Amino acid sequence: MQLSLLILGSPYSSQSVATALRFANAAINSGHQLYRIFFYHDAVNCANALITPPQDEQNIPEQWQQLAKEHNVDLVICIASALKRGIINDTEAKRYDKQASNLAENFEISGLGQLVDATIHSDRLITFGP
Amino acid sequence: MNTSSTKRMVLFCRKSPYGNALAREALEIALATAVFEQDLAIIFSGDGVWQLQPQQNSAEIHVKSQQKLLAAFAMYDLNEIYVEQEALELRNINHQELSIAATLIDRQKAAELCNSADIILNF
Repeated sequence: MQLSLLILGSPYSSQSVATALRFANAAINSGHQLYRIFFYHDAVNCANALITPPQDEQNIPEQWQQLAKEHNVDLVICIASALKRGIINDTEAKRYDKQASNLAENFEISGLGQLVDATIHSDRLITFGP
Repeated sequence: MNTSSTKRMVLFCRKSPYGNALAREALEIALATAVFEQDLAIIFSGDGVWQLQPQQNSAEIHVKSQQKLLAAFAMYDLNEIYVEQEALELRNINHQELSIAATLIDRQKAAELCNSADIILNF
């Protein structure tokens, strides 16, 4: 099946994000395809390049990036949610005259249209969280 | 499997308004599906039924009104709106006193709506 995931929780604050990661990997190992992972609400924090977890804990942003690199999974964060929570790329930093940007590699900022597109092209959309 | 570009979708709204951002964010998704001409049914259940309270005044807490957003849904042809009977009864809310027209359904009917949907969005 072609699956897309909608993630709502904040990494490290909610268990749901780690669960979504495990589900995503299990889905791929079971032969399903992941069309898109859409990060909405607090989940946009997954794309924060400045996240520095303790050495003995899983690195959630890195694990999403690994998924993107190894299996070509599309990681999209919602621009409205991201701006409110301070996750921005260079373009947005310039647009809003911010000192820095912090969007992690392999993540893309876009709008809700990408979520609707994901539902159109997927057999199932699974919501995780918050 | 529906492989067309119009999907039958159900959006579950189970969060109360104003206490968190999810209630509003769920409705933003509803609008996005309407813009992309999808076939959406919205079900208010659980604490989500509080979103349908009339006379909401959110100016004092400096946030946008959930009621006003919902009132605009008709303009986007988002007319298939359901509210769960059990959720209303549990909260002692009268179906006749909601801020928008919402069809009263029970959980059985909600389950049927899910069964016939291509996509379920869960808030």
